[in-house]
Amino acid sequence: MVAPTARRTPAYDVAAGTPDPEIPTLTIEDLGILRCVDYSPARGVVVTITPTYSGCPAMREIAADVRARLNRAGFEHVTVATQLAPPWSTDWITQEGRRKLAAVGIAPPPEARASVAPRRAGPIPLTLGRPPPPRCPRCDSPDTRLTAQFSATACKSLHRCTACDEPFEGVKAL
Amino acid sequence: MSTADVNPPDAGPFAVNPDDDNPYDLLGEDHDAGHRWAFGTGFTDPLEGVDTSVPDGLDPGALVRCCLALGDDALIYSHRLQQWVARLPELEEETAVANIALDLLGQARMLLSRAGGIVGQTEDQLAFFREEKEFRNVRLAEHADRDFAELAVRLLMFSTWRLALFELLSSGSTPASTGDPVLAAIAAKGVNELAYHRDYAASWVVRLGDGTALSHARTQAALDALWPFLGELFRPDPDALATVAGSTGPGSTAPGSTGDRAAFDAVLDTVLAAGGLDRPTAAPLAAVGGRTGRDGVHTEAMGYILAELQSVARAYPDATW
Repeated sequence: MVAPTARRTPAYDVAAGTPDPEIPTLTIEDLGILRCVDYSPARGVVVTITPTYSGCPAMREIAADVRARLNRAGFEHVTVATQLAPPWSTDWITQEGRRKLAAVGIAPPPEARASVAPRRAGPIPLTLGRPPPPRCPRCDSPDTRLTAQFSATACKSLHRCTACDEPFEGVKAL
Repeated sequence: MSTADVNPPDAGPFAVNPDDDNPYDLLGEDHDAGHRWAFGTGFTDPLEGVDTSVPDGLDPGALVRCCLALGDDALIYSHRLQQWVARLPELEEETAVANIALDLLGQARMLLSRAGGIVGQTEDQLAFFREEKEFRNVRLAEHADRDFAELAVRLLMFSTWRLALFELLSSGSTPASTGDPVLAAIAAKGVNELAYHRDYAASWVVRLGDGTALSHARTQAALDALWPFLGELFRPDPDALATVAGSTGPGSTAPGSTGDRAAFDAVLDTVLAAGGLDRPTAAPLAAVGGRTGRDGVHTEAMGYILAELQSVARAYPDATW
C-alpha cells in the first residue's frame, strides 16, 4: 500500500532488508519506517527514515544497522536522514508487515484507514469507551479484552483472549 | 589468542574457548564508530537530516523561546513521571507511566534540539547545564504528585492542554500555522502520543472519581489542589510565543496564548461529569512580580528536580554515553 520509493535499486533493497531491533522478523520496510533511498555518485546513499514514536530508542539502532548493512554491501558513503513529516502512523505498516506481526503472535493494528497519514477533521475525540478489540493472534477469537493500553514498548498494548485465555500484545493504532 | 591466554591454569572444565561468541565481546565491538555499549545509547541528534533552517521572516529568538517552553514542559514532566516508576500499584501502570514519560522525553529531545540548533547548543547542554531561572516550563510540570489521584488528574490537565495546543501547532501541517515547519512536524508527531496519554489519564480520573468514597475524595482533593496551576497554561507569552505564531485575531495558534481554553474545558467537563467530580473554582496560582514558570520563576520543587536531573552530567561534563 505504501511505496516510498517506486524504483527498487540495489541500495534500496539492502536498506529495506534492515530488521527492526524489537521484532527482527519484520523489516523497516514492512513497518513503513523507511521513507526513501537515494543514490548519487557524488553524495553516496541517502537513506531517509521516520520515527514511529518521538521517544523510540530503536531509531538510532536502526540508523546504525542501515549504515552497516550498506557498508557491507559495498556502499561507502551512507547518510541516514530523519524525516518527521508526514508523521508515521500504523497505516504505514504494509500488508506483509501485518501478516508477519500476526505470525509472531502480535495482533496487527486496526485495518488502515482510507489513506496513508490520514487527516482528521476537528479535534481528536476523547474515547472514554474502549477501542474495538483485536482478534486473538493465536486462536483468531474476536473475544479479547484490553489489559493495558501501554505495554513493554511504546507501540504496543496488552490484551488477553477470553476464548483461549492467552495474553498477547497488539500494535496500537497511531 | 590461545585458550591459555584467557583462562587461569586451574580453569579445568570451565575454560573458555576464545573463539566462541562471547556476549561481553559483543559489547565492545565497534558497531558504529565505537560509540555504543548498550541498546539505545550513544544518542545522535534526533533532528539529523531534517532541514533546520529558520524560515525567512521568523524571529529566531522567539522560536527558541517557544521551543524551550514546550521542550522544558516535556522534559520536566517526563522526569516527574520517571520518579513514579517502581512505585506504582500494578505492572500495567508501570509500563503506562514509563511509556508516557518516554514519549515526553522524545518530544523534549526534538524541541530542545530545535532550539539548540539555532543558539548553537546541543540538547544535552540545554537539559543539563542551564540554571533553574533559565527553564521555561510551566509550574504544573514540576509539581510532585502526592498520590496516584494527583498523578491522574495532573496528567489529564497537562495532556489535554498539550494535545489541544499540538493540534493547533500542527494543523494542516502547513508552515503557515506556526511559521516553523520543524515545530509543526514535531507537534504533528506528538499529537497521537498525547491522545493516548489523555485517554489513560481520563479513564483513571473517571474510575477513581466514580470508585469508592475514598478514591472519590482523593481525586476531588487532587483536582482542588492542582486547579490553581491551570491559569498559567493559558497565560499569553507576548514576547515570544505569540510572535512565533505570527498571526493575530481569530484562529491564532500562539502557544501559551492559545484561545483553546474552550476545547480544554469541553474535555475536562466530560471527564469530570463521567467521574461525578466537581469542577474546582480555586483561583489561579499567583505570579511572582508578574512572572511565572515561563519566565523562569519556579516553585521550590524545581531545584530538587534539577539537582537530580543534572548532577551526573555536571559532575562528569565530558562524559559520553
